[in-house]
Parts: sequence; structure tokens; C-alpha cells
Amino acid sequence: MNERVVGLKKIAVILVLCMAMVLFSGCGQGKVNEKGYYDTLNVYNWGDYIDPVVLEEFEEEYGIKVNYDTFANNEEMLAKIQQGGNDYDVIFPSEYMIETMIKEDLLQELDYKNLSNFKNIGEQFKNLPYDPQNKYSVPYFWGSMGIIYNTKKVDEKVDSWDILWNEKYKGNIFMLDSVRDTVGITLKKLGYSLNTKNIDELEKAKEELIKQKPLVKAYEVDNYKSMMIAGEGAMALTWSGDAMLLIDENKDLAYTIPKEGTNLWFDTMAVPVTSKHKKEAELFIDYMMRPEVAAKCAGYVKYATANVKALEYLPKEEVENELAYPKGNIFEKGEVFIDLADFTTEYDRIWTEIKSH
Amino acid sequence: MNKKWLSIPYALWSLIFSIIPIIIITIYSFCKRSPYGKIIYEFTLDNYKQFLEPIYLNVLWRSILLAAISTTACLVIGYPMAMIISKTSIKKRNVLIMLFVVPLWTNFLLRTYAWMVLLRDQGAINQFLIYLGIIKEPLQLLYNPGAVVMGMVYNFLPFMVLPIYSVLSKMDNSLVEAAQDLGATSGEVFRKVIFPLSMPGVVSGLIMVFMPAVSTFVISDLLGGGQTVLLGNLIQNQFLVARNWQFGSAISMIMMVLILIAIRISSKYQDEEGGGLW
Repeated sequence: MNERVVGLKKIAVILVLCMAMVLFSGCGQGKVNEKGYYDTLNVYNWGDYIDPVVLEEFEEEYGIKVNYDTFANNEEMLAKIQQGGNDYDVIFPSEYMIETMIKEDLLQELDYKNLSNFKNIGEQFKNLPYDPQNKYSVPYFWGSMGIIYNTKKVDEKVDSWDILWNEKYKGNIFMLDSVRDTVGITLKKLGYSLNTKNIDELEKAKEELIKQKPLVKAYEVDNYKSMMIAGEGAMALTWSGDAMLLIDENKDLAYTIPKEGTNLWFDTMAVPVTSKHKKEAELFIDYMMRPEVAAKCAGYVKYATANVKALEYLPKEEVENELAYPKGNIFEKGEVFIDLADFTTEYDRIWTEIKSH
Repeated sequence: MNKKWLSIPYALWSLIFSIIPIIIITIYSFCKRSPYGKIIYEFTLDNYKQFLEPIYLNVLWRSILLAAISTTACLVIGYPMAMIISKTSIKKRNVLIMLFVVPLWTNFLLRTYAWMVLLRDQGAINQFLIYLGIIKEPLQLLYNPGAVVMGMVYNFLPFMVLPIYSVLSKMDNSLVEAAQDLGATSGEVFRKVIFPLSMPGVVSGLIMVFMPAVSTFVISDLLGGGQTVLLGNLIQNQFLVARNWQFGSAISMIMMVLILIAIRISSKYQDEEGGGLW
């Protein structure tokens, strides 16, 4: 065996070891800081869904470093928590995902002794069907779904989902590439529940959407925003928070919640089973429910906060905007998604059928 | 014997990143699904049966069709280009190849987004045509199957040109000269000598373009506006939206088998020399 081969052999061994280290090592950092808290916290949130200043201030106040990670949709987040192998402490699921995660035993019960700021959350947002006693989650943002339209291209009154089926706007309508939302409003248009598990109702919604397809410019979730701002396209199905951002950018745009009713959604904060530091996780959630912190996030993200005390810290015109914060009994106008369990695959099947028609 | 050591990292690499994942996908594809999408380790063929429903076969057919159209377009555009490059002087050749490869240095996603900027209603192409007075209203260039094919051809063309070029540039020119001496017309020289000799490159090119084209989901999402569902979209959707990893795995398996068959058929045309893939 000559020297060169021995050298190569060494390199090979080192390479194998390096790979093994990368693959099998967890991040073993972290210890308790002088304030008695574990010094890192892993937060997993939607992209662009918090005011970054809030995180810095939390780090300063408690000496806890926040590792902030983002996801693009609930299912991606669910998959990561199901796989384990990470140690997220605080996550921000939507309401129907909370339901799934409770049923799959993926969430830890919250200890309300550590959540004194829960009193700031509006009563109407508490104890909702997806988590009846708020055992596992506290609401963060909420909103509705509606139509954003360009007033230069649409001069009639927009108050019904029917306008999305109007031949006049052929090739100028954006729909969301999101099964539950697009099928959901179609069910509403037909006068059904958007949580239907009746296959006939679902088939009717499918027919309706197939009829609409020639009018649709694209099924999209992101790029339609820049196109609407640029004045391309007449109208789009959209979430209330995005609508407010778009109107900020282009004053010709307007948003409406159709009279047939809409979807009401809630994004929440919860502690997944992957968390080994529940105390710090609850500390963070309680911090996020402080009125001034919630207000900062709402001002930054433009979605409606579930924190009623925070409204005092927000500009008046934002709070009084009925499209962002509908008045009265919001549950009369909107229905909250319920997880469909088995039936999810049926929705997916008709969606594939619509999109590949 | 000593050389075996050297191969260990690579063996481990392919074990961890190719073989084990394929085994996992195979297992998933035969598993049942819990109401909330969890994988239940009980044997079932339902996932494969589900794929035989007309809507999914329709998606399969359409994916193959679009991929085949793109691959053909790449061949028609790419072959003459490869020939032109292989005929130029060595110095020029390198510059031409460079020019061809440079766009690949930009991220694939960015290149596809760039097409959106060009094709949209207020995009460069429509604005230019309106400025020239050729059209009054913007043309609907984006969000149709044509845009998807365009995106595929643009992104995958180099994979067609490079293998053909490498075969053509290595070709023994005396064979061409011999054919000419024996009185073949230039058409005959091409049909009977050049093209058959370049087959290994052509086949590699076809595979290199067809494989990514049949499995892409980004191009059809961005340029097709979600109205063109391809196999890749279907798989992505099963994993990220429908929470049906079992079905997604079954579709992936079917796709892999299809690609393997395509490679088997094409391997007939490959020889040891030339630009074969394997």
C-alpha cells in the first residue's frame, strides 16, 4: 500500500464521517439564560406574517433567541410536524388545520396560567367550533374572502359571486389555485354550505366551475396580485388582508364581500408536540397577545387582528374600514372551514377534474 | 481493493439519497390513508387503481403529449443549431457554446419568471406590438398550453443541443467525404450518413428533454396559470394540498416506470462511443 493510497483512504474516511455528522447530528446548542429561560425558541409562521421588530424586541426583553422559519401553506407545516425531527415551539396554523392537528394528537394543551393576555382577545373569536374551549390555540389574525375588482374595468355593482361567471369579463378573472377556497365560494353561490360532504352538491359546484373555466385567466395564488396592481385583469377572488394591501398599491381597486356569504378564517398560535420548551413557547404567545405587539403586527401585515385591545393602537381609518373589520355578527356573513377528513380526497378529485378539463 | 474505499462515499450518497427514498416511495404507494391523511401501513392497491380513473389518465396523456411536443420542437430547433456550431472553427465554437450555456447560470425559476414578464398583457411583447400598431388589444400570450410549451423548449433546449453537438463534432469527416466522392447529394449525405451516425446524441437529447418536461410542475404553474395540469402538478398537489402521500407516491412510481421504459427503448440506439447517457 503506497502513501498516496493511504492518503486517499484517509480522505474517504473523513468524507464518510462528515456526511454522517451532517446527517445524524441535531443542533445541540441551547442552555438556560440568566433570566431562567431556555435561550432559544423556534417559531414557525407563514411568510410575511409578523412585524420583524416584534421578534427583536422579544429577544431583547427575555434574552431568548428566536429562530424564525416560514411556511407557505398549512399542509407543508403539518407534514413537517408529523415527520418530527425538528423542534418547533410555536406554530401558526389555520383553524381547520388546528382541528386536524388536535385529532392527530400533534398539539400540546395550553396552560392559561401563563397566558394572562388572553383577555385581550375578542369574545366572538373565542371558543369557536374548531377548538371549542381554546384548549390548544389562541386566535391571531382573522378575515374573510371576497372579490377585488378594478373600478376602471367594472362599472356595475359588485355584490354577488355571480359576477365571476359574467361572460363580459372573459379572460379577465383570476381565481385562487386553492381547492377549499375556490370550490367553497362556488358552494356559497349555489346556496350550500362550504363544508358540504354531499357529493351531489359538490358535483354541482364542479359543473359550475367547469362552466366558468373559459372565462378564467388563471388559477393562481401569488402573481395575480402584481397583475391586479398593474391593472391587468378585471377581478380576482382574494383574501381580505391581501385586498387591503392591493388597494394600498392601486387606488382603482375595490374589495367587496358578496351577499351570498363568504368564508371566515382564523389563523392561530399553538404549541406543537415537537416543542420541548412549552414554558418559553407560552411566554412568546402571551407576548404576542399584548395589545401593542398585536397592533404592530396588524399594522405591518394589514390583516385584521383578533386582539380587540390592539385596535386602540391602530389608525382609526384602518379599524373603521368595514371590509377589513366587518361590523355586527360576522358569523352571519361567513362560515368557518371544518376539516373534511375522508372527504378531502373528493374535493381534490373534482379540483383535478376542473383544472384538467 | 484499495480503490473500493474511494467509492464508499458515493455508494453511501446514492444509498441515502436515491435508493432509500425510492424504497420509501414504493412502500407509501401501497399504503392506506387515514381520514386525516396519515399513512397506515396496510397493503392496498387502491392508489394504483385510482390512477386508472379517466381524469388521471387524461392528465397522463396530456403530460406525455405536451412533453412530446416540446421534445420534438427542441429537436427541430436544436439539431440544425448543433450542426452549425459543430461546423464552425474551434475558437468560435467555444464562444457559441459559452453563449448557449450562460443562461443556465441563472436560476431556472428566474428564467421562467422572466417569460411571465415578457408574455403578460402589459409585458414587453404585447407593448411592442401595440406600439407598432399591429394589434390594439393585448394578446393573451400567457396562461395557455402554448406558453407552457414555450417555457419547456426555452428551458430544456441546451439539453438537446449539447449531446448532439458532442456527437457531431467527434464524427469522422472522412465518412462524409467518402459519401460525397461516391456521388451522394448533400441531402443523401445527411439522411444516410450524418443523421444515422448522430443517433446516439439525438437519443440522449430526447431523453434529457423528455424527462424534465414530463415531470415539471413549475413551468405549467407559472406559465400555464394552473389551467394545464401535468403529472408533476398532480404529484405536487397530492403531497402539499390533498395530504394524500400514498396516491402521490403511486403516481411517482408510475412516472418512474414510464421513464424507465422510454430509456429502455432508446438504449437500443446507443453505442459505447458518442453521447450516450448510460
